[in-house]
Amino acid sequence: MATIDYPLDRPEPIAPEFSFSETLYNWVATVDHKRLGLMYVVSALFFLVVAGIMASVIRLQLAVPNNHVVGPDTFNRLFTMHGTTMVFLVGMPMVAGFSNYLVPLMIGARDMAFPRLNAFGFWIFLLGGFLLYFSYIGGGGLSGAGSAPDVGWFAYAPLTSKAFSRGAATDYWALGVLVSGVGSIASAINVIATAFCLRCPGMTLSRMPMFVWVMVVDSWIILVALPPLSAAQIMLELDRNLGANFFDTQAGGSAVLWQHLFWIFGHPEVYILIFPAFAILSEVIPIFSRKPLFGRPAMVGAVVAIGFISLGVWAHHMFAIGMTSWSNTFFAASSMLVGVPTGIKIFNWTATMYGGKLRMRTPLLFCIAFLLQFLVAGLTGIMLAVAPFDWQLHDSYFVVAHFHFTLIGGLVFGLFAGMYYWFPKVSGKMLSETLGKWHFWLFCIGFNMTFITLHFAGLLGMPRRIYTYYPGRGWDTLNLVASLGVIPQAAGLLCFVWNIVRSSLRGAPAGDDPWDGWTLEWATPSPPPEYNFEKLPVVRSSRPLWDLKHPQDPDWKFE
Amino acid sequence: MFTYALNALLQVQVPGITERRITDIFKPLATPGEAERQAAFLTLAITGAIFIVVGGLIIYTVWRFRRRADDDSRQEPPQVYGSNQIEAAWTIIPILIVFVLIGVSARVIASVQNASPPPKALKIRLIGHQWWWEVQYPDYGIVTANEIHVPATPDGKNATYLELTSVDVIHSFWIPQLAGKMDLIPNRTNYMWIDPREPGVYVGNCAEYCGTQHANMLLRVIAQAPQDFKTWTLGQQQPAGNDAQASGAKAMFNSLACVNCHLVRGTPSVGKFGPDLTHLMSRQTIGAGVLVNDAKNLRAWVNDPQEAKPGCFMPSMKLTDHELDEVVSYLQSLK
Amino acid sequence: MAEDTVITADALQMERTWTLPDRGTVGVIFLIITETVLFSMFVAAYLIYIGKSLTAPFPKDVLERPYFASICLFSSSATIVFAEHALKKSKLGIFKLWWLVTILLGGYFLFATGTEWHKLIYEDHLTISTNLFGTTFYSLVGLHASHVIVGLIFLLIVFVTTMLGFPIHTQERRVKFLSWYWHFVDAVWVVVFTVVYIIGLKS
Ligand code: HEA
Ligand code: HEA
Ligand code: HEC
Ligand code: CUA
Ligand SMILES: [Cu+2]
Repeated sequence: MATIDYPLDRPEPIAPEFSFSETLYNWVATVDHKRLGLMYVVSALFFLVVAGIMASVIRLQLAVPNNHVVGPDTFNRLFTMHGTTMVFLVGMPMVAGFSNYLVPLMIGARDMAFPRLNAFGFWIFLLGGFLLYFSYIGGGGLSGAGSAPDVGWFAYAPLTSKAFSRGAATDYWALGVLVSGVGSIASAINVIATAFCLRCPGMTLSRMPMFVWVMVVDSWIILVALPPLSAAQIMLELDRNLGANFFDTQAGGSAVLWQHLFWIFGHPEVYILIFPAFAILSEVIPIFSRKPLFGRPAMVGAVVAIGFISLGVWAHHMFAIGMTSWSNTFFAASSMLVGVPTGIKIFNWTATMYGGKLRMRTPLLFCIAFLLQFLVAGLTGIMLAVAPFDWQLHDSYFVVAHFHFTLIGGLVFGLFAGMYYWFPKVSGKMLSETLGKWHFWLFCIGFNMTFITLHFAGLLGMPRRIYTYYPGRGWDTLNLVASLGVIPQAAGLLCFVWNIVRSSLRGAPAGDDPWDGWTLEWATPSPPPEYNFEKLPVVRSSRPLWDLKHPQDPDWKFE
Repeated sequence: MFTYALNALLQVQVPGITERRITDIFKPLATPGEAERQAAFLTLAITGAIFIVVGGLIIYTVWRFRRRADDDSRQEPPQVYGSNQIEAAWTIIPILIVFVLIGVSARVIASVQNASPPPKALKIRLIGHQWWWEVQYPDYGIVTANEIHVPATPDGKNATYLELTSVDVIHSFWIPQLAGKMDLIPNRTNYMWIDPREPGVYVGNCAEYCGTQHANMLLRVIAQAPQDFKTWTLGQQQPAGNDAQASGAKAMFNSLACVNCHLVRGTPSVGKFGPDLTHLMSRQTIGAGVLVNDAKNLRAWVNDPQEAKPGCFMPSMKLTDHELDEVVSYLQSLK
Repeated sequence: MAEDTVITADALQMERTWTLPDRGTVGVIFLIITETVLFSMFVAAYLIYIGKSLTAPFPKDVLERPYFASICLFSSSATIVFAEHALKKSKLGIFKLWWLVTILLGGYFLFATGTEWHKLIYEDHLTISTNLFGTTFYSLVGLHASHVIVGLIFLLIVFVTTMLGFPIHTQERRVKFLSWYWHFVDAVWVVVFTVVYIIGLKS
């Protein structure tokens, strides 16, 4: 008898006892999408803390003019490792982690399409991270110079050539990024195959949860955007170790080729990073405003549109390399056009809240902050897309402020919303609301303190990636305020860490469905068993649990 | 030592010219910068309006529909699935706005990039080095470093055209008050132009990360009244200062390794790796703006450049005090 | 929660009629898409650097078109299809035959590439570090060759196991994917051949 097995009258899964070594083995050898997803997210959080501490040192150094906490070389390594870690070891694993854990649960599947490939993806990603950080030890290499890479996260040629960056640090950077990229591609293929081939009976693509939709498009972007990066890294390694001349300007090579290859990856990458946040908001906002996602078809259309337009805007990172006025105009135009589908998303999320009953729990707070901050981030993005304006703003702290607004105010806030929302499902325990509120307000205030001010430093002509600056150029107070903002941010993150630890030990039991949810994951026990569902559910609308909870007016009547 | 560095940009004064240390991109004093400012203000106006409208909408929604204590949780709000009219509206309006912005960008891009140099415009070739700027005046046969002298043109008639390239890695030329950035890329030449409206010292930085001392690759454009500029060029065209009582010092200098990296026109010192020193004393700073160019700093610099500019490519020459005195006195004779 | 009869009733028949694409198929298709993008980057690099080399040797001096090897590779695409058909009709003998032919054709292509490189390196003194031509040539052709090698390894695994009596007809699906991959490698060679031996040859 096939039907959604709803929480009631289900045999309690008996938890068998394991010794420590057995448990360890079970985790290392697991191919279960939930455990892999968890390991992704946890390692990403670990790297977030590491790179965050680096950022704190950066801010400490820049707090006052002519500061000497760290020297120039150390500083350059710090921002390189900070940026690389945040993008490749925090952002990317978060994508893989969330999609791994949630996609099968949401589409009523028992596992991912390729469980072993999935495990491979995780461990190869971890290897990449290890390679990157090994540079601190092995970076000296044969010619002895340098420890960690100090070429910046987009490592412009020819600064990366053997002549200008000796030692092996840059090689570890390239290999680390290359290897972890393989992992991302593996999990992307996996997500797509899962969503296309393992949906439970009745779940047509039009009924697939928005979260899954966004993650599928995200995986698509990964598949078409990461290979250019891999190609660039391979060429770089050929240059450095076999004496090839791809980026060797002495041999007639072009320094600009690297920039094109990198940004053909690099810009889609930033949407790869923000999409999990989009996905999370599309689930959290409806639940906490008790309304279905407003204009679902348009939302799907918007992500697909972004998924394609974002492939054609990369050179807006290169307005200052002296392109023809035509290319400049073209890339300015395409960059601004991306604003239209993104706008649709922002408007529809707002419309979802409009007329609802907003439950002001921590997840929703993070979503609301996301909406406002991402609005600012996007609009500064539009300013950067106006090429003449960007000639002034390029490589200034205005850009730094822009992308921290997108990456923290957008991505990180979205991720926090997701973690507060799904933690009960993952652990069976609720996170503390009070600690959650502290986390939210501290982090929100600190973040805005730091990065609103940095916009103005940029407008006053402060270039990025400088290890120190002279007083009397109007940057002093701005930088001091920005640095002070790190303190509340750190405090907020400590609240979060403490909240996780405390709640997983002795948090209030969550039950299967604490938020009165509508998607299938809430129809499983918390935490879900290895096999997710005893009986595969059968669905008839995009909100199966709503149908079950409201037999009198189910969604499928309106489809 | 660092206190000198700290003072570098503060003390410098060219007699009779104001130094503009606040590099506010919204206070431009040249045509390209001005065009960019206009584009910027228009963009700011539009995006600002969008922010107020959309932000206001979000805040209003949150405030208006936050859950009150009194309503009961079992009662779900009316389930609305969407509305084609509204969604069409907030798709089309942004598209229109975007087209306005595209128009603005296109116009300014063309006006700045496609301006062609008048026949007798001053041409300058700017070459990026790690971490200093080589400045060549092909028409005058002048080579100097880190300080770009150009004529100020209140009417914008005789603009200065720059050819930008690099010998090592990518650098970027950025004087916020004059114009936006243009990169200096090895094996490629970029072009840009500036026309400072007022005499003055315009400060800027290298704006593309170029390695250890990217932070101290400072840059100064010195705009002078045309006749002052003329006298400057005449001065620069003179051979290296050669007064009698410095001859001993000169011999000393030429006996040292300095000559392998520095050029002093008309002397055995013919190095090309470092800045041209022929008229060193006509420059106000040394080390691409890290130090004020006075006797004390010159001595400190030559003694150990690594202290003022750690990682820079001039090694400490480990000179004896006597050699130092001689060398510095010679350098000071290079008026 | 009361059982909802409406749902369960047609749920049953929904389950019966519910069909979705095969996961392997989807996986392989998207794998091939990424691979395509990877190749196109090296192709782009090659095209950009045509005629940009500062020093000899140049393509026009040292390259000859590997017609025969190319024909071998292309025809191997046909033979592998014959092998598949044989397998469908479970004519194992014919399958093994065509499969072996495919391997030999692919193997010859690889051998031809090897000899070409040997000539270029030892007679024309063109290495990857000589000039931009060397750099882009070896990286693009080498990337393709590496894919041929991978393909050959898989083909060999299938062949050997079948010879040892492994019931290959149970693996029709996997064989199909393998032949897709092989077709892809051929298709890439069409592009590489055009770019390197036709467009780039004159420079
Ligand atoms: C999550 C990551 C993320 C996201 C989502 C974005 C989104 C956007 N970014 Fe950003 N960006 C980065 C991360 C991101 N960016 C990073 C990391 C860098 C720096 C890399 C480096 O140099 O280190 C960067 C740099 C960067 C540059 C280069 C700056 C420079 O170096 O000179 C530019 C230039 O065009 C740009 C533009 C944009 C635009 C137009 C968007 C758009 O997608 C924004 C769209 C959103 C909106 C527009 C707001 C909502 C829309 C509405 C309310 C509708 C109405 C609006 C209009 C009609 C305009 N970004
Ligand atoms: C997801 C992406 C992401 C995130 C979250 C951040 C977070 C932060 N970033 Fe960063 N940043 C980048 C991505 C990101 N950054 C990128 C891509 C670059 C470009 C690099 C380049 O130019 O090459 C960059 C560059 C960059 C710069 C410019 C450097 C330069 O150009 O010279 C600065 C300077 O202020 C900065 C600051 C910060 C700060 C203060 C935070 C804060 O939000 C950090 C907050 C976190 C903490 C303060 C740590 C808290 C941890 C604890 C308190 C420990 C808890 C204890 C236990 C668990 C035991 N970042
Ligand atoms: C290895 C090459 C090398 C040698 C030898 C060398 N210099 Fe330099 N010198 C440089 C470089 C490179 C710079 C630019 C440093 C910077 O600004 O980053 C420089 C800068 C200078 C400057 C400042 C010029 C300016 O306008 O900023 C002076 C003065 C100077 N050197 C004097 C000397 C003297 C005197 C000696 C000999 C005792 C000497 N140099 C030896 C490479 C060298
Ligand atoms: Cu030169 Cu930065
Ligand atoms: Cu971008």
